[in-house]
Amino acid sequence: MIRQISVFVENKPGRLAAVTEVLSKNGVNIRAFTIADAGDFGIIRMVVDKTDEAYKALKEAGFTVRLTSVLAVEVEDKPGSLHRIAEALGDAGVNIEYVYAFTSEQHKALIIFRVNDVEKAKEVLERLGVLFKGEIK
Amino acid sequence: MYWNPAIERLSTEELEEIQERRLRSLVKTVYDYSPFYRKRFRDAGVDPSDIRSLEDLSKLPFTRKKDLRDTYPFGMFSVPLSQVVRFHASSGTTGKPTVVGYTANDIRNWVESLCRALVSCGVGSEDIMQIAYGYGLFTGGLGFHYAAERLGATVLPISAGNTARQVELMKDLGTTVIACTPSYMLYLSEYAEEMGVSIERDTNLRMGIFGAEPWSEETRKRIESKTGITAYDVYGTSELSGPLFTECAERQGIHVWADMFLIEVVDPETGEQVGEGEKGELVVTTLTKEALPLIRWRTGDITYVETDKCACGRTHPRIMRILGRSDDMLIVRGVNVFPSQIEHVLMQIPEVGEHYMIILDRREDGMDEMTIQVELSDRVEIDTTGDILRLEKKISERLKSVLNVWAKVEVVNPGTLQRFEGKAKRVIDRRKI
Repeated sequence: MIRQISVFVENKPGRLAAVTEVLSKNGVNIRAFTIADAGDFGIIRMVVDKTDEAYKALKEAGFTVRLTSVLAVEVEDKPGSLHRIAEALGDAGVNIEYVYAFTSEQHKALIIFRVNDVEKAKEVLERLGVLFKGEIK
Repeated sequence: MYWNPAIERLSTEELEEIQERRLRSLVKTVYDYSPFYRKRFRDAGVDPSDIRSLEDLSKLPFTRKKDLRDTYPFGMFSVPLSQVVRFHASSGTTGKPTVVGYTANDIRNWVESLCRALVSCGVGSEDIMQIAYGYGLFTGGLGFHYAAERLGATVLPISAGNTARQVELMKDLGTTVIACTPSYMLYLSEYAEEMGVSIERDTNLRMGIFGAEPWSEETRKRIESKTGITAYDVYGTSELSGPLFTECAERQGIHVWADMFLIEVVDPETGEQVGEGEKGELVVTTLTKEALPLIRWRTGDITYVETDKCACGRTHPRIMRILGRSDDMLIVRGVNVFPSQIEHVLMQIPEVGEHYMIILDRREDGMDEMTIQVELSDRVEIDTTGDILRLEKKISERLKSVLNVWAKVEVVNPGTLQRFEGKAKRVIDRRKI
């Protein structure tokens, strides 16, 4: 499981910049990033190198922030990698609430999942040998 | 045309003579039968024998909505419950509802007052009157119903809502008069158009009696040009007895029947009476009410009074269009809403911070729209957009159950709503009335 930061932001000019300013000032590097949009507002989700510092700085700046543990899998950066996992989770009856992916020099392709049934998902992913157990650098 | 020509055309001196006599008797009655008023008079150092003429009126203490709430439900009643034949109650918008009781005479006088009013604006026994004010605890529906029946009109007691049916029956039954809120009339006419019905061409509707929310001359013109009907203003409050007074055909103010109600206009800050034609808060003393007589009742409505004789021949004073409220009450879609009540709901929801804004708009179709912006509490933790949408829905539902009116809720970032030094101004009313 890896730790993810979620931040609530209104859908208005300058709101994302307000978040990235805090991270930048605190020397936090963003490794993966996504925005879920719901009209008037959105949720920024990200995986960063210095999670605790980032959480504290955002909180102090007045943002609505949450730390969540999410599953990550490390797969070959090639066609069919995500499909294999999505299919296995689906067959096991696990619902994926959201998913996003990134690649980096240190890792192969990393896919981050939030699911409704973490234990079952872990089982499936371990069986496939793709569950990521390390630290995001 | 008059309903009660002898009384409606009494000279000012004769009316004052009746008012003085009734005031003396009222003061004595409430002092003898109501512990609430007895204590109030004693605290103010006034004895019933001090009230000899209308000039002595200002010696009497005011009563306010707060008094009705503090003595809920029956503390201000001045007759035993066995003599009460009906209750009405407010929606409980600021916490506790207020309960109003009526004796059989009170109902008769309510009907008398509104019959005079309806005849003065031209409703007669030939008319078919569609009553689209809410029935039930709200005083609008039943108030109009009894008066319209009493004067021999044909009543269509349809109540509020179900707009397609309103249009259909208006057309099929030949409705000539409608009573509803002005914003509902605008909505209804638009709805009719969508159904392919032109109120002007396809119905017999000739007039409407509109009230229960503030509205302007501009709205009057809009209603009249869209529908080809004549629009009249009605005044009443649930505490005084729902709808009581309307404009006469001259439409130069609303006649208040002086033999039944004694009116004053006071400076809302100081409580001092203001001069004729000057704006202030309307204060009403009920001269004939039995179950719940009100002495110097602060209505909260800002208006001014004209006492010169009206071209219609009626001698009773007229109040001019209500210009606003002296308290912070908002009227949204005809429903009384207090910001304090919204605050109360919000503060019970842990995910909500302490700052909020209330924004009121009026849509093209004349319907009010209320948006409540709330800041998230810094304690809340969210991870999905669903968390926020669920929170917005939860807040909306709680507000609806308390306010009886739907509000759109917008969650915003903590620290982004305006902060105030001193008195907060949390309402942005963008409606043009």
